[in-house]
Amino acid sequence: MRPINSIIQEVISEAPEVRTFLLDMNLDPAPGQYVMVWIRGVDEVPMSFSGPDTITVQSVGEATRALFQLGAGNSLGLRGPLGNGFILRGKKILLIGGGVGTAPLAYLGEQARSQGLEVASLLGFRSKDDLIFKSRFETLGDTYITTDDGSAGIHGRVAEGLKGLNLFEYDQIYICGPEMMMWDIISRTREHAGKTQACINRYFKCAAGICGSCCLDPGGLRVCVEGPVIMADRLLESEFGRYRRGPSGGKGLCKG
Amino acid sequence: MPSLSVHVGGLDLRNPVLLAAGILGTTGASLCRAAEAGAGGVVTKSLGSVPRVGHPGPTIVHVECGLLNAMGLPNPSYRDFQDEIETAKKGGVPVIASIFGSSAEEFAQIARGLKADAFELNLSCPHAEKYGSELGRYPDLVETVTGAVKAASSVPVWVKLTPNTADILELGLAAQRGGADAVVAINTLKAMAIDIESGYPILGNRFGGLSGQAIKPVAVRSVYDLSSRLEIPVIGVGGISSWEDAVEMIMAGASCIQVGTALMKGYEVFEEITSGLSGYLERKSMTLEDLCGMAGRRS
Repeated sequence: MRPINSIIQEVISEAPEVRTFLLDMNLDPAPGQYVMVWIRGVDEVPMSFSGPDTITVQSVGEATRALFQLGAGNSLGLRGPLGNGFILRGKKILLIGGGVGTAPLAYLGEQARSQGLEVASLLGFRSKDDLIFKSRFETLGDTYITTDDGSAGIHGRVAEGLKGLNLFEYDQIYICGPEMMMWDIISRTREHAGKTQACINRYFKCAAGICGSCCLDPGGLRVCVEGPVIMADRLLESEFGRYRRGPSGGKGLCKG
Repeated sequence: MPSLSVHVGGLDLRNPVLLAAGILGTTGASLCRAAEAGAGGVVTKSLGSVPRVGHPGPTIVHVECGLLNAMGLPNPSYRDFQDEIETAKKGGVPVIASIFGSSAEEFAQIARGLKADAFELNLSCPHAEKYGSELGRYPDLVETVTGAVKAASSVPVWVKLTPNTADILELGLAAQRGGADAVVAINTLKAMAIDIESGYPILGNRFGGLSGQAIKPVAVRSVYDLSSRLEIPVIGVGGISSWEDAVEMIMAGASCIQVGTALMKGYEVFEEITSGLSGYLERKSMTLEDLCGMAGRRS
């Protein structure tokens, strides 16, 4: 499949470094799936869907900075939706998100509500100014917010918010956020790993399952096609939270 | 069941279906997974003397008849890859290190510093400046590089050839003169795709290499020509995705084959090809040896 041409309809500023791009097409993605976004002349990078026709992006590097230069009327090349998304299970679910990782969870929560599931959310941000999608989550059900600096909600990391929750009440837990935040939660809630779906990130080059740049140790799971949503019990015994490979394939530290 | 084990280019292989270079070869775990899925041997991602991040994206484009890629030889350098090879060895099949350099000395330096069951010299990548086919299209350089690596290492040396030349046979003969234990044919065909909405070449590197179904007839012809003239074995690669393709390539003269682009269908492709090949040999009451080069004996 060649990249599909898509015209940006609107750009919404969600937080200082976070913007939502409304596309002119509904690619019918499952929440947790991603799309390869080609910023012509710059690079092609994977992005998560925050809705059926939106992607929400944090500016972190050259490609996203170039994307932030684009506005309504500009075009992108799209390849997707790709990978395996979240699967809704049970009647009562908990969403645990960090930063821009809350984007696919807002989309998932809306699908869950439309199917009659009960939804609660635990969301962590650095500070009040970084808060995104607050009203979307509050519409879904109970919403607990943490901030690292205490400027909104519970003061502390996302794990602080776990203290008020009984995870046994939930049939399925969905998590997406910075790797060290996800690792912190998953490693503290090991007994729930079998019912926790995590949407993770690795360096994607081909996004077709053949180049091997995103393979996870020790099993060689190809995150771009077998993920990016992976059951947390598989992550507990993997490289996740310990190291990750960069563009050259060399091992480096996990950040965030 | 007929035996699929073969001795090719200095290596004993349990079956003749290998994982091609550049495919799922970035980590030891993914190489090991290919071995566990049934590959008779695995070739690593090409390794150079310094780390490279490769070209910007898009790095692949699906076209009607195959796949275009321009990864740009991303690799952490051979110094940072020995651990991955040790992990890959747990798969129980030979691990062949694909290596590249811009000179005979650079190739030899890597061969001296890296431990693997064999080396495959990447003299054929069509989209990396100063590397691959930029050396590999000159027969004298192919011979010099091959000779330098042979002198620097004690393991078998395979030379992967480029089809982007007037006469691939000249390159094969040069590799043989340099002392190669086998040649591998073919690497991708230089190619390009353009986005008609914007006029931009789609690949970040503008052009790249075409693999998959489209290049199989080119590979079959190349293997046929090479095997009819060389004394060293020819390893066939290019567009093989089924056991029928494998049979055809072996009939052309390939002593064993490599699979690359077809891995997009999943790791199951190894099992599909080996069991299909085995069934074919049984049905025809033939051995692999009977099959190899059969087309050249028909006249």
